[in-house]
Amino acid sequence: MTNADIRTVVLSTLLKIAPEVDPQLLRPDRPLRRQVDLDSMDWLNFLVALHEALKVDIPETDYARLVTLDDVVSYLEAATKR
Amino acid sequence: MIEFRLPSLGADMDQGTLLEWAVKPGDAVKKGQILAVVDTSKAAIDVETWHEGTVGELLVSPGDKMPVGTVMAILLEPGESPSALPRKPAPPKPAGLPTRRRMVTPAARKLARERGIDLDSLAGTGPDGTVRLADIEQAAARKPGAASEDRSTDIRKTIGAAMARAKREIPHYYVAEPIPLRAALDWLTQANADRPMTERVLPAALLIRAVAVALKRFPELNGLFRNGEFEAAPAVHVGVAISLRQGGLVAPALLHADGKPTRQLMLELADLVKRCRAGSLRRAELSEPTITVTNLGDQGVAEVFGVIYPPQVALVGFGRIAEQAWAQDGTLVAMPVVTASLSADHRVSDGHRGALFLAELRELLQHPEELDR
Repeated sequence: MTNADIRTVVLSTLLKIAPEVDPQLLRPDRPLRRQVDLDSMDWLNFLVALHEALKVDIPETDYARLVTLDDVVSYLEAATKR
Repeated sequence: MIEFRLPSLGADMDQGTLLEWAVKPGDAVKKGQILAVVDTSKAAIDVETWHEGTVGELLVSPGDKMPVGTVMAILLEPGESPSALPRKPAPPKPAGLPTRRRMVTPAARKLARERGIDLDSLAGTGPDGTVRLADIEQAAARKPGAASEDRSTDIRKTIGAAMARAKREIPHYYVAEPIPLRAALDWLTQANADRPMTERVLPAALLIRAVAVALKRFPELNGLFRNGEFEAAPAVHVGVAISLRQGGLVAPALLHADGKPTRQLMLELADLVKRCRAGSLRRAELSEPTITVTNLGDQGVAEVFGVIYPPQVALVGFGRIAEQAWAQDGTLVAMPVVTASLSADHRVSDGHRGALFLAELRELLQHPEELDR
């Protein structure tokens, strides 16, 4: 999967959890959870949905690295190639 | 013959609208089976029966609005034959919601009939609330998409009514306590490392579990104040405040939280949040919380000064979990800390007991492994 494919999956997953989000207004290099109202349960559901869509395991110790949309996409891109 | 009535759907809900029947006459039903889906101002709720039997007759139809206590259906007890049914069951109208005669202008009534608009669902803007032609035109112009807007207005009204009652009737007192969470978070990290993603436990579940266990020694914080007196609840059903994306919140219950290990509560919490957001809750979850927990830490606040949800008598709030400079054994360390607060009803308990409760909560959270049993 290309970086663009993964970005599409990430955004559509995010929209399922937070349908009010306008992807055009998201700054991919800024902390995602400060731009979108995601509580810890939403965040967990977001990561679990990505895990299921992309068959990627995300250890809890890696959660701290997933801050911006760009972080999430590049993390998943690397993980799908492992 | 068993009367299946619309049960109470929580202190602030006195009526519901039947959305659909899940059964038809002749169906055998078991205890706990869902018979109907009823819409309230907050959510669509599955209503279950507590009897075993056969559906005899359905007395209300989808779209009917009814007050709590209305007989919705007649069930036949095992062995009873349909001939036991009364020939013409009069639709019972229990006291409560008076059948108010709406003032409607003739032109408005005509248009409402043509467009299939429910007059009861409208607030009239004419003198004394008279429904005028303009009100009907406005209602008719509303697209189906506008329904969610109506719901948020309804939710806001419902919350307003419950909170106004709380502030009017309940003499609140407040206490708060910072709780160090190093042991709890280390334990969670270790436990989660061995679990698949879908079974990982969030700190919120551990905090709720600790509240439920702590309440066993503080029955005066867990129960309902009704008809001028307090009744302690035999089990702990923790209402969890869940914000809805379109605005507002609901606080459905994690039932019997005192008897379930943390990982079990986590699974139920995840399910509850999911169903809450999808608008599909069970009746018992909305009507039976015996205390509420609100966790606003995810939104980044340090602490919460909660308003009690009547007829409950206490609310526990958690702020953000954040590292703080913490003095311990003569040393300064970086410690993850959460501030727990308690709002409680002075008619039932005092600040002294409230303070002891928070101390117990703090102690329990130092031994997280014991909470998972």
